[in-house]
Amino acid sequence: MTDLTKLTLAGARDKLRSGDVSSVELTETFLTAIDKADALNAFAHKTPELALERAKAADVRIKQGDAPDMCGLPIGIKDLFCTKGVPSQAASRILEGFKPEYESTVSQKLEDAGAVMLGKLNMDEFAMGSSNETSVYGNAVNPWRRGNDDAQLTPGGSSGGSASAVAADLCLAATGTDTGGSIRQPAAFTGITGIKPTYGRCSRWGVVAFASSLDQAGPMAKDVRDAAIMLEAMCGHDAKDSTSVDLAVPNFEAMLTGDIRGKKIGIPAEYRMDGMPAEIEKLWADGTEMLKAAGAEIVDISLPHTKYALPAYYVIAPAEASSNLARYDGVRYGHRATLGAGDGITEMYEKTRAEGFGHEVQRRVMVGTYVLSAGFYDAYYNRARRVRTLIKQDFETVFAQGIDAILTPATPSAAFGLGEMTDADPIQMYLNDVFTVTVNLAGLPGISVPTGLDSQGLPLGLQLIGRPWEEGDLLNTAYALEEAAGFVAKPAQWW
Amino acid sequence: MSIDESTAAKVAKLARIKVEEDALPALAQEFNAVLGFIEQLNEVDVEGVEPMVSVTPMRLKRREDVVNDGDQQEKVLSNAPDAREGFFTVPKVVD
Repeated sequence: MTDLTKLTLAGARDKLRSGDVSSVELTETFLTAIDKADALNAFAHKTPELALERAKAADVRIKQGDAPDMCGLPIGIKDLFCTKGVPSQAASRILEGFKPEYESTVSQKLEDAGAVMLGKLNMDEFAMGSSNETSVYGNAVNPWRRGNDDAQLTPGGSSGGSASAVAADLCLAATGTDTGGSIRQPAAFTGITGIKPTYGRCSRWGVVAFASSLDQAGPMAKDVRDAAIMLEAMCGHDAKDSTSVDLAVPNFEAMLTGDIRGKKIGIPAEYRMDGMPAEIEKLWADGTEMLKAAGAEIVDISLPHTKYALPAYYVIAPAEASSNLARYDGVRYGHRATLGAGDGITEMYEKTRAEGFGHEVQRRVMVGTYVLSAGFYDAYYNRARRVRTLIKQDFETVFAQGIDAILTPATPSAAFGLGEMTDADPIQMYLNDVFTVTVNLAGLPGISVPTGLDSQGLPLGLQLIGRPWEEGDLLNTAYALEEAAGFVAKPAQWW
Repeated sequence: MSIDESTAAKVAKLARIKVEEDALPALAQEFNAVLGFIEQLNEVDVEGVEPMVSVTPMRLKRREDVVNDGDQQEKVLSNAPDAREGFFTVPKVVD
């Protein structure tokens, strides 16, 4: 009997169709695997009863013969998505006990397609972090280790629980969200595939907001085909999100031919950072060769404002966060501080937010408050938005020259140890997103594909950046890269 | 531009986050680290560049101005830390 947890989405879909396995069996197998993997701390809230109920319904649908691709497939949902009647805390103390009365559009679409939610996944608090160390649930742990060293490594962040769960075969795939790299960086750290679609492809309705002009949901999966299948189920216009685009959603899986002959792949000079580890440089050069060998034309390009993407991001994202997180005031939902005698409404706000928000969230809310405050709005916020325009123009220029996709490293290093960055200044942590954050600022689709291992046996990924709305073409290029790289390594099970 | 403790206290107040007196020096230092990083933006020539409003240029959809939701008082209040008689409850706001 094959180990059902090792299946891909596509493989499990085909087995469900042929009647080799039922969704209930598949779901029970994953529920057992999840219970054995508490050491990874990937699942923050398990929903076994709900999962089995949905699996039973899916089996009925599959028997009737008209089930969508995702029907009966067990997945995990990042805690940032509001799920009706199920705790949805964005990994924050301030949303302790919050059970939404509604379902996010993306998780609703997945539910409508018959997908089986196994539970809610760990993440950085309000998606602010690159190591899953800011979570109220504690750290999620990477299933990968450095050889025989038992030091715990980060699965990356903010979608760290999603990455850990998929890499450890605790679910077939998971939802993630990406504001500055939060799908692509953890995917790279755990040897899985993650795509952030074009801004506007997935509805943000019901997803706890961090920085609304940058936030996008996307799938984290075992391979490119699975990412294509799940992305299609997540996308689509939603009247409840005014930034959601009214465009037809293609059949992404059908676009995976692996044929990229004649495609122009840009290699941006500015991504060759000072002090880039030799292993990352080699990975990138190898990936370039693979695409060339597959028939693509390699073109050196320039994206001159790359250097300013992170500083612009650390104005725009905190500014939007300070506004979005103003709603957590202890009145309508979540935590409220115990008040002292004589405390009024201002003390209630201040104590509630001091107790409810963790350190990194407090820092970003206050930085955002500062850059938006009278006298500084122009100098910081408006200047950052101007730089953002220039960053987007950089990409428009190269796309106008005929570039189809851009190849870069996904991260500046492999996964680092949990706690290793604790004493570093916050900027060091922010540098994790140096290759991914430009894509959010320009609203483009980006995908991270595992293509190699470092000298310590840890996975490394490359990023492909595509033209707006051309996720299908991007996925196909990623598919060609995946085929050429032939990455099949899995972490040895220790949990 | 350097942030001192009194500016840090003012920002915390604006953000409605209680910061104890003895935590202000460290907070001011963190602000300065982040702002020092952001200062790089001053190197960019942004003359004549419009600040980005929307990353995807599109006209917002219009719809009929009609009530299409509502009458869910119980659901709206179900997660409130303190709700009484169909209302959110807060400390006294007006004397």
